[in-house]
Amino acid sequence: MEHLPVLQIVIPLLAAPVCVLLRHHATVRTFAVLVAWTCLGIALTLLAEVREGGTISYHLGNWAPPLGIEYRVDLLNAYVLVIVSAIGAVVMPFGFGTPEPGLRDGQHHLYYAAFLLCLTGLLGITITGDAFNVFVFLEVSSLAAYTLISLGQHRRALTAGFSYLIMGSIGGTFILVAIGMIYMMTGTLNMADIAERLPPVLGTRTIWMALAFLIIGVSIKLAVFPLHQWLPNAYSYAPPVVSAFLAATATKVSYYVLVRAIFTLFGAAFVFETMGMQRLLMPLALLAMFLGSIAAIYQEDLKRVLAYSSIAQIGYMTLGLSFANEDGLTGGLVHLFNHALMKGGLFLVVAGIVYKLGSSAIGDLRGIGRKMPVTMAAFVIGGLSLIGVPGTVGFISKWYLVLAALDSGSYVVAFMILASSLLAVVYVWRIVEVMYFQGDGESREGLSDPPLSMLIPTWVLIGGTIYFGFTTELTAGTASEIARMLLEGAK
Amino acid sequence: MDLLGLWNYWAVIVLMMIGLYIVIARDNLVKKMMGLSIFQVSAIMLYVSMGKVEGGTAPILPADPSESDVLYSNPLPHVLMLTAIVVGVATTALGLAIVVRIYDAYGTVEEDEIGAVDRQES
Repeated sequence: MEHLPVLQIVIPLLAAPVCVLLRHHATVRTFAVLVAWTCLGIALTLLAEVREGGTISYHLGNWAPPLGIEYRVDLLNAYVLVIVSAIGAVVMPFGFGTPEPGLRDGQHHLYYAAFLLCLTGLLGITITGDAFNVFVFLEVSSLAAYTLISLGQHRRALTAGFSYLIMGSIGGTFILVAIGMIYMMTGTLNMADIAERLPPVLGTRTIWMALAFLIIGVSIKLAVFPLHQWLPNAYSYAPPVVSAFLAATATKVSYYVLVRAIFTLFGAAFVFETMGMQRLLMPLALLAMFLGSIAAIYQEDLKRVLAYSSIAQIGYMTLGLSFANEDGLTGGLVHLFNHALMKGGLFLVVAGIVYKLGSSAIGDLRGIGRKMPVTMAAFVIGGLSLIGVPGTVGFISKWYLVLAALDSGSYVVAFMILASSLLAVVYVWRIVEVMYFQGDGESREGLSDPPLSMLIPTWVLIGGTIYFGFTTELTAGTASEIARMLLEGAK
Repeated sequence: MDLLGLWNYWAVIVLMMIGLYIVIARDNLVKKMMGLSIFQVSAIMLYVSMGKVEGGTAPILPADPSESDVLYSNPLPHVLMLTAIVVGVATTALGLAIVVRIYDAYGTVEEDEIGAVDRQES
């Protein structure tokens, strides 16, 4: 049991080459599903252990930190680990028994290998307590993600993957430069150690530059508003299941890195009070909320609508961060979980539609509400959650964000959160209208819901958006505990 | 002069900007990829410079244990860069592989021509 933190990474990492060796389609698939479930099991055990016994520190190869690499699991890591591995565990068995869309024959083992490597990288970024390790795992997950995206059916998937590769590598290199500058001033790579040694040198220009490089590098990966250009194409041309996985995990892990850097490494007092970062983050977050939602209204393809809506939702998360108070941070962190649930669920709905229709253009969706009732019901619930209707998880996140805005006295921001939710009503309603109230349905003979192997994962996530909309103890409770921990540590 | 004394950091900045400029300004995807490589190499140079101690030698234990006042360079940044080089090679390889697939699909590697093909189609 004491080796759980490293097993979390080693199991999917070693499973990836095993997938390549197994080759046989059904075997590889079963194997990948089992690995993803094992990861989830480990993540849940870690969360339970952290809740009981506090922070776990694992020394890789038994070399004591700060010289050796340390895997440090506190409540924040454990929470993100559970989110990432849970999404992996739900998405991996999606469409079991049906051919994966967009793959040439005999490529399945490579697809699952890339999938598991991406999972490894994301879990690795989250669990490690070593700054350079973050960079390495970031590149592992990114390289796997570029591969997965360029596997999409349409040839534009290739250009989307390529431009993501360019943007992502620039972001990664920025993070590398930032880590180098921090190492210059502190002489250590262990995050806990950096946090101790940074305060005396916070006034130096090197550290200011390090902060700038780090924030910009992570923002590219997170797709914070003006740096989001790679995201819509990447999500809309990637195979739908890959979009579901990446939309629900990749940006969330980048958000984790941002939170970790601001609150654990540099300290909130330095970032917000000395550098005034909220004056930059808050307007950008508000712009993202509005421009993302407005762009979503004008898209002609369901996947693009969801992609632009992701940019708006990332805006909500960075907004929560920029308040730098307990409610705001709780809102941001709980939205991390909630957005993973609903966006993952919605992209799985799209994957089901693409499997049945071969298209996700909004014009092709006429009248399918009556032909695919179970799938479309999932879409409606997911859509309501994006809007933030009470009884869904979206409401919980926005509740905390509005509280935070009122708390810091910015009534305008509170109003803008509500106003941008109205824009979400427009883009969700537009699709619901096409699905249920347009078309006579006659041209849709023989169209039915996708097989159970697709419906169950979809409904696990969509059901989660309702369940956690009512039982907030696990999500909002944990998130506010983390927020308290981070803000106390920052003092 | 102090500014000139830090010439290797100037080289880092110049390389980084050359790389970034190529990535932004060139339409040819292969050239973009090469620009990205130069950009990544600048970060490697930054690390190597910071690990170097003036007059320092390779960090190897001297054969004669009585020589205790040997000045070493810091080996850690250099070792880190081995990893970064591997990452850079992997990124370049993957990027070029995607460019090959793009060439198969579009018949060109010029960004503006790819854009024209895409616009015609839609």
